[in-house]
Amino acid sequence: MLFKLLGIFWDRGKDPDGSKDVTTGAVSDPGIEPRFPALQTDSLLFEPPAGRDTRSALGATMADGPVAEVLLRRLEAADGGLDSAELATELGVEHQSVVGAVKSLQALGQIIETELRSTKRWELTTEGEEIAQEGSHEARVFRSIPPEGLPQSELMRLPSGKVGFSKAMSNKWIRVDKSAADGPRVFRVVDSVEDEVQRRLQLVRGGQAEKLGEKERSELRKRKLLTEVTLKTYWVSKGSAFSTSISKQETELSPEMISSGSWRDRPFKPYNFSAHGVLPDSGHLHPLLKVRSQFRQIFLEMGFTEMPTDNYIESSFWNFDALFQPQQHPARDQHDTFFLRDPAQAQQLPMDYVHRVKRTHSQGGYGSQGYKYNWKLDEARKNLLRTHTTAASARALYRLAQKKPFTPAKYFSIDRVFRNETLDATHLAEFHQIEGVVADHGLTLGHLMGVLREFFTKLGITQLRFKPAYNPYTEPSMEIFSYHQGLKKWVEVGNSGIFRPEMLLPMGLPENVSVIAWGLSLERPTMIKYGINNIRELVGHKVNLQMVYDSPLCRLDAERGPPSTQEAA
Amino acid sequence: MPTVSVKRDLLFRALGRTYTDEEFDELCFEFGLELDEITSEKEIISKEQGNEKAHGASDVVLYKIDVPANRYDLLCLEGLVRGLQVFKERIKTPMYKRVMPKGEVQKLIITEETAKIRPYAVAAVLRNIKFTKDRYDSFIELQEKLHQNICRKRALVAIGTHDLDTLSGPFTYTAKKPSDIKFKPLNKSKEYTACELMNIYKTDNQLKHYLHIIENKPLYPVIYDSNGVVLSMPPIINGNHSKITVNTKNVFIECTGTDFTKAKIVLDVIVTMFSEYCENQFTVEAAEVVFPNGKLHTFPELAYRKEMVRADLINKKVGIRETPENLAKLLTRMCLKSEVIGDGNQIEVEIPPTRADIIHACDIIEDAAIAYGYNNIQMTLPKTYTIANQFPLNKLTELLRQDMAAAGFTEALTFALCSQEDIADKLGMDISATKAVHISNPKTAEFQVARTTLLPGLLKTLAANRKMPLPLKLFEISDIVIKDSSRGLLRIFSEDVGARNYRHLCAVYYNKNPGFEIIHGLLDRIMQLLDVPPGEKKGGYAIKASEGPVFFPGRCAEIFARGQSIGKLGVLHPDVITKFELTMPCSCVEINIEPFL
Repeated sequence: MLFKLLGIFWDRGKDPDGSKDVTTGAVSDPGIEPRFPALQTDSLLFEPPAGRDTRSALGATMADGPVAEVLLRRLEAADGGLDSAELATELGVEHQSVVGAVKSLQALGQIIETELRSTKRWELTTEGEEIAQEGSHEARVFRSIPPEGLPQSELMRLPSGKVGFSKAMSNKWIRVDKSAADGPRVFRVVDSVEDEVQRRLQLVRGGQAEKLGEKERSELRKRKLLTEVTLKTYWVSKGSAFSTSISKQETELSPEMISSGSWRDRPFKPYNFSAHGVLPDSGHLHPLLKVRSQFRQIFLEMGFTEMPTDNYIESSFWNFDALFQPQQHPARDQHDTFFLRDPAQAQQLPMDYVHRVKRTHSQGGYGSQGYKYNWKLDEARKNLLRTHTTAASARALYRLAQKKPFTPAKYFSIDRVFRNETLDATHLAEFHQIEGVVADHGLTLGHLMGVLREFFTKLGITQLRFKPAYNPYTEPSMEIFSYHQGLKKWVEVGNSGIFRPEMLLPMGLPENVSVIAWGLSLERPTMIKYGINNIRELVGHKVNLQMVYDSPLCRLDAERGPPSTQEAA
Repeated sequence: MPTVSVKRDLLFRALGRTYTDEEFDELCFEFGLELDEITSEKEIISKEQGNEKAHGASDVVLYKIDVPANRYDLLCLEGLVRGLQVFKERIKTPMYKRVMPKGEVQKLIITEETAKIRPYAVAAVLRNIKFTKDRYDSFIELQEKLHQNICRKRALVAIGTHDLDTLSGPFTYTAKKPSDIKFKPLNKSKEYTACELMNIYKTDNQLKHYLHIIENKPLYPVIYDSNGVVLSMPPIINGNHSKITVNTKNVFIECTGTDFTKAKIVLDVIVTMFSEYCENQFTVEAAEVVFPNGKLHTFPELAYRKEMVRADLINKKVGIRETPENLAKLLTRMCLKSEVIGDGNQIEVEIPPTRADIIHACDIIEDAAIAYGYNNIQMTLPKTYTIANQFPLNKLTELLRQDMAAAGFTEALTFALCSQEDIADKLGMDISATKAVHISNPKTAEFQVARTTLLPGLLKTLAANRKMPLPLKLFEISDIVIKDSSRGLLRIFSEDVGARNYRHLCAVYYNKNPGFEIIHGLLDRIMQLLDVPPGEKKGGYAIKASEGPVFFPGRCAEIFARGQSIGKLGVLHPDVITKFELTMPCSCVEINIEPFL
């Protein structure tokens, strides 16, 4: 009975057949430090808050005052120490509650010393237990046969019939008369039998397994009546601060103690500072939008004004034509861009400006050869989901151009853009684009690089270099690379350039005004910052809310490695 | 960005020196190329089809180089080498010449039937060319790259190259009924009608992509020689008769298309690249094309154009201080032969026929900057003085987000695109009642419409996080899109497309109990934050019993604030909960925050 109670602490080594490992999960293996609340209390003080795991809940049920007290008293009287399993047997309690008491005493400091021990023991299986009680199957078969014999068919219906019959036959305790009138009949051969199996199992049950020979044990094990298990126990001895009077310790300071002053005379249970606290109940901001806030902050610090971008639907005109992106450009393909069925066409376009754009595309002008093709208004009217926020920049620059006299401007935007792309772990059909624009007289490529240096320094990226590139609407164009400490290589962090005169002059901006611009995606620096590999875990409804709950503050310049970003423009 | 694949050793032999991978990568970076991948045929096959298939494939090292999309002159080994050698001042940029043949000039006559389908054609001859296996492969590969890029998958321009010695001019470019066109196409052993061919090629992995260009037209374009031999049926396939091989000596090139400018550029690129292997290097034999109006054009154009750029303009735009002479030298290194003329500040730049990308002075300025080295340019900060302003709607959003989180709600970020089902069927509504904008070319049902409400996104977020401990409290402040044909004056810039965004705030509470009082309390808190007092009087807010398919009967109210309806709150209808694969009661609030600006 005792061993059954200890069940969960038993580590069943090899299966008796040796065919498979059967290891019980050591639910409370004394060797493993469980996550205890800071304070061991005798009662359940608080319900664990709903929705939280209980790792921090005060008042788990482990410490068992009476057991701990008994343990200390026995230890005081004991010579050297005592074994937790033996104590459990003596007290008739589960081993687990002794272990709990040991744990709570350990938490009090040097009251006790403990040593983890493991011992191997033989235990009866359920069937073995039954046999120890009732006798072996063969003995039970033998006993059920009366002197006048029993029909074999009847005997086989007995609970022990099948197994007992063959064993009793091989022991030559019984015989079968096949010539009996009403079918085969079984008779006793001997008058009485010694039930050796039962005797041996009773020995094991009595804790005297060592009295059996190796061969006998292994035979019983093969019959699945015995099994060898490992018991993990504590050897407990007196510690340097041993005392039996620990039961009066207070758990927490109370208002009464403060008013009566009784706290002065009371011992208090120590806190377990290696435990976790209880997280506050709170809402959380989304990590991508935390990064967005930081980018907004950086632009505002640099004196950039936010452009309106609250129009996901754009006309092809503002998304492409105004940017001098020709109508046969691959980006305008159905495969890359979401076009609209309803409303399919833009109703209003600033027609004077449209005509200037048309002329520049088809014939050139403003010092340009143009693309020399048949520009179609219908193509420009096609509505789409904007493929870049540069469409919003074009609108902002057009508005700026209408203001006379020209005043320099610095603009930024961070908002969603849409691409009809093949989706994978890093690409979605919608993502956020970050864009910065400066319009002023006489801006140079050196100015663009200077602004980029300041911008990226604020992101914690200091090592930059620039690669010539091609964009339909900027010339010169530069891809921005930064040295990634982790990857030990240069990675692209953004795209930039000076807007083409063919884009700016038809808007009505003065000829000596240059507009420098750059863009990057918001998702990629965020994924790197928060160590996310699959974009779906970050953006969209498949978000991992635990990740949102757990994500730290976004402090871009306090980054250990530079975040790297992806071309967005 | 097109990727050109070249054999490394062949490249180094042509460059006259070897580089380490890092050195070559560095050179590419400086020039505006990108060494994308170092691989081999074997590696490529093994990656795509497995190790077994790769057995026996070539393990010659290949460089895959990304080329800017507007540099058609760098799409083959010949062009890359020429560009880099000129850049490194190891050779001078060649002068490309068009010559008239001593004998009869090849003629291509365009008939008027082509007008409706593919009206333009240009042609040229490469005389006494010497192919090798590598050169031949490069010649075929360049055509493929051009087809994929500037030719827009053959829709704008299609190239045909032929063994001139198997043909006899003059050639006729016409258009005929498909049933009247019959010829033996490239690499086939018998003749087919055009109708048959279109059927056969439906299963051809390469050609099936081009069939749509002519498929439904009554007439198909076709080119014949004077004996009625079919040269090609553009843009689909060439005839087998005039097929070129490694041994071909004289190549007749025709480009047909719908974009005349691009057809001329394509022809110029092919002949400038491969005239390198002609007996008279960089010399191309002219062909004449007679247009339906009787006008005669000579091709290739191989036009050189002179542009004047002031040295101080280059310096001013780049942010450097170089002498005009130095700037001319820099430009010459970019295949733009330049010299200082006039007052000593003018630079005369010659744009060769290979550089169709140069259409404005800014393109010349960029080349000067590249040759100077982007990373040698001094970084400076512009003196632009500006005061920053936030976009008011975003400013309000940022403030509200913070306080929503402080109120215990967690921020979600859901997609602006979704299925019709999400915004209609699942909410018990008809799609026509939503005023949603519809996408014409979605690849999947996830992108049929732009959302008209934030609720479905939040409910899907709940469904994906059902395993999280309850209660779940989520919010989102983001845009929805509604069709709007009114031509408002206030928001002229976004309403011109017939649709507009509205900034919504939505929150859900999901638990074993509906928690209406919690969502109601959140609304009260939001109004407190927005400084809107309770009460129906002007400027205040109130909720009034309402109903709708989204909500459980008797558990829905409409929210009025500042004299207008701004949204609804309530307990979700069990049908809605079930359709979003949820199992617990849920209450929600969704309002438009724009009235509080």
